[in-house]
Amino acid sequence: MQELINRAKELLANGTVARVLGWKAGDLPYNPEPAFFTTAEELDNFVYNGFCGANLSKYMIAASKLEGKTMVCLKPCDTYSFNQLIKEHRVDREKAYIVGVGCKGKLSIEKVKDLGIKGITAVSGAEMSDDAETLTFQTIYGDKSCAYADAMLERCHVCKGKEHMVYDELIGESKDTKDAERFAEVEKIEAMSPAEKFAFFQKELSKCIRCNACRNVCPACSCRKCVFDSTKFDSAQKANVDSFEEKMFHIIRAFHVAGRCTDCGECSRVCPQGIPLHLFNRKFIKDIDELYGEYQAGADTDSKAPLTNFTFDDAEPSIVTKR
Amino acid sequence: MSINNEEFRPKIVAFCCNWCSYAGADLAGSSRLAYPADVKIIRVPCSCRVNPMFILRAFEKGADGVIICGCHPGDCHYSTGNYYARRRMTLLFSMLDYMGVENGRTRVEWVSAAEGVKFSQTMNEFVEKIHSLGENVRLGDLRCKN
Repeated sequence: MQELINRAKELLANGTVARVLGWKAGDLPYNPEPAFFTTAEELDNFVYNGFCGANLSKYMIAASKLEGKTMVCLKPCDTYSFNQLIKEHRVDREKAYIVGVGCKGKLSIEKVKDLGIKGITAVSGAEMSDDAETLTFQTIYGDKSCAYADAMLERCHVCKGKEHMVYDELIGESKDTKDAERFAEVEKIEAMSPAEKFAFFQKELSKCIRCNACRNVCPACSCRKCVFDSTKFDSAQKANVDSFEEKMFHIIRAFHVAGRCTDCGECSRVCPQGIPLHLFNRKFIKDIDELYGEYQAGADTDSKAPLTNFTFDDAEPSIVTKR
Repeated sequence: MSINNEEFRPKIVAFCCNWCSYAGADLAGSSRLAYPADVKIIRVPCSCRVNPMFILRAFEKGADGVIICGCHPGDCHYSTGNYYARRRMTLLFSMLDYMGVENGRTRVEWVSAAEGVKFSQTMNEFVEKIHSLGENVRLGDLRCKN
């Protein structure tokens, strides 16, 4: 972390960048938040630890319109989102100085709480400096600890790899934390009967409070005008009133990013109700991989997205009933 | 007005492309080929005009089945529209299936302007299928019923 701060101060001082986009400490030891830094003094509040899960690439849409370059800290999976935004002409590559930061898996405070660790006052072992295998928490109920991997976000268990897709320089080491099959959950649901599938999604989606956090955080969801804000959309700007509206919102949200979703997992991370939203995106990814060839959004900046492309012998929609 | 609730009459929405399928429906009519009146046709400029939201909205408002008809692949009036529609609809139908909606409720059929017979056959088949599936309860807005 100190290396990052020093480099940021250096880049600010020599005028390469006008601001730094990173994370600053939040009001609790486990909720650092994205922040812009413009002076060396401000950078003393800079933090980078296991709880810095936020994908900063979406902030670069706004930062691309500002004067001067922005130094942005991107983890390996964030660089996919950044690449995808370059492809869609939403960010300006010239306006970004990308520092690829090392990542050894990000932590989920929800998972920590599920392990029975509550009332946390301080955390150690979440720093990215060493190969910490255990997390130690000081809580109001005494010291507690858990394995680092047990507290990792779901998305880190299906890590896309430790390589940065786009960067100007790299700071820190990364680790491939993949230890589960990416489509295992999707396949489990696919194997259910229609009634079970329906019951499963009904149960999950009925928790939705339509806070729009999943849309707001999504780097792919970056339209200036959103269909969900239109007054002509029945469930705009209000809570869902019946089970249909929940489903419509989530199907359409996932459909709008189909073929562009890099599977960064931010939607599930920010959901205050803990809905596994990545299951929708991943279903689309799985279908695209199976029907139209393997495709990883954001792996490059020039390939055609699957839904803006076609071949003459694509599968007919009736394939769905045959599978 | 009394409504006979005893017999189930499905509501079917058919999105037909202006250039092929709508003309196919016309041909079915002028050839005196019968298809059930439960099918309500909505004319769209091209099958790729059909937004996934149209389909969900139709279900919300009480449709029991939705069928999208377009030109045969390769025959699109706009050259490539139906190729895009084909990909979109495949993904959407797969998603609906994944969420537990019976996958017979949605269908895509390519009907050319010369295929009046195919149009009426397709509609008869589809209505029969929806009849056997029964009322759509999984995607409907319950406030719209009765």
